[in-house]
Amino acid sequence: MHELAVTDSIVKIVQEKGAEVGALRVTSINLVVGDWSGLVDDCIQFYFDILSEGTLARGATLCFQRIPACFHCRSCGAEFTPREYNWTCPRCGSLGGELVAGREFYVESIEVE
Amino acid sequence: MQEARYDIPVVEKILSTNDQLAEENARRFDRSGVTVVNIMAAPGGGKTSLILRTIEALRGRLRIGVIEGDVASQVDSQRIAAAHVPVVQINTGGQCHLDANMIRGALDRLPLEEIDLLLVENVGNLICPVAFKLGEHRRVAITSAPEGDDKPYKYPAIFHAVDAVVINKLDLLPHLDFDLAAFRDLVLALNPNVALFDVSCKTGQGIGEWVAWLMDEDV
Repeated sequence: MHELAVTDSIVKIVQEKGAEVGALRVTSINLVVGDWSGLVDDCIQFYFDILSEGTLARGATLCFQRIPACFHCRSCGAEFTPREYNWTCPRCGSLGGELVAGREFYVESIEVE
Repeated sequence: MQEARYDIPVVEKILSTNDQLAEENARRFDRSGVTVVNIMAAPGGGKTSLILRTIEALRGRLRIGVIEGDVASQVDSQRIAAAHVPVVQINTGGQCHLDANMIRGALDRLPLEEIDLLLVENVGNLICPVAFKLGEHRRVAITSAPEGDDKPYKYPAIFHAVDAVVINKLDLLPHLDFDLAAFRDLVLALNPNVALFDVSCKTGQGIGEWVAWLMDEDV
């Protein structure tokens, strides 16, 4: 739901980086987004099409690498993806664990011309 | 002619600008000796009620200030002002969360040197406020019992991000199917170091434990 502010930041980061390397235009933007980051790809795309107008990033393809949430079990050390209504470890049955993936949220790289 | 294409590594956190502003706010808070608590909950969870109870319980012990975040209206800040503490209302005008820049703007309207504890009431929302640091020392989520004990399954990020969870409206427990033990287990499964408080802002139940945690100087 906060995709407007997030997309505004993405455009600024890309514009800055693109200008820094002397790009004529940015052709693609590679984003890493965890499933527990609360962000919706389509919504970012929607705002991007508006906010990138008049910048180096205009027309760039947004590539989303989604990272599933992952628990590290505190009892047995197994790593597992929590299911929607079930956070029990499939190996030992403990509930939950240390969240080791799923909150990612960054621009990994851009492709420029 | 096709231009050559290059891959440029960036690896920049998308909200790094907000994070930097939050760090500036945090330095300002530390210089003024203010402890800042960011209170997040769904609309109607009891954020303003908890703040009013906290003001009442700490009167004469800590000097409290409040920042009220809402999409629109001054209703909440008027309730706080009636309790005779300094308060600033931020109206986000549609934005679903407070961010560090809004807090920075509000600080110029607060007598920071005369405040020990600044309570920030975030916009009622369980998703967006989690992503935006404000420069706070502690983050708190309120879940009210009528919302259901499966809240952590639906909004895990907030329960992972906070230092305390206040379980509010427990006076209603006899009328609800809310399984308090199951809720606590889920939150602890995600965040074993979290402080949990069983509270009713209506009756005052649990407010003593909650303010004792706030008063703890080991922040």
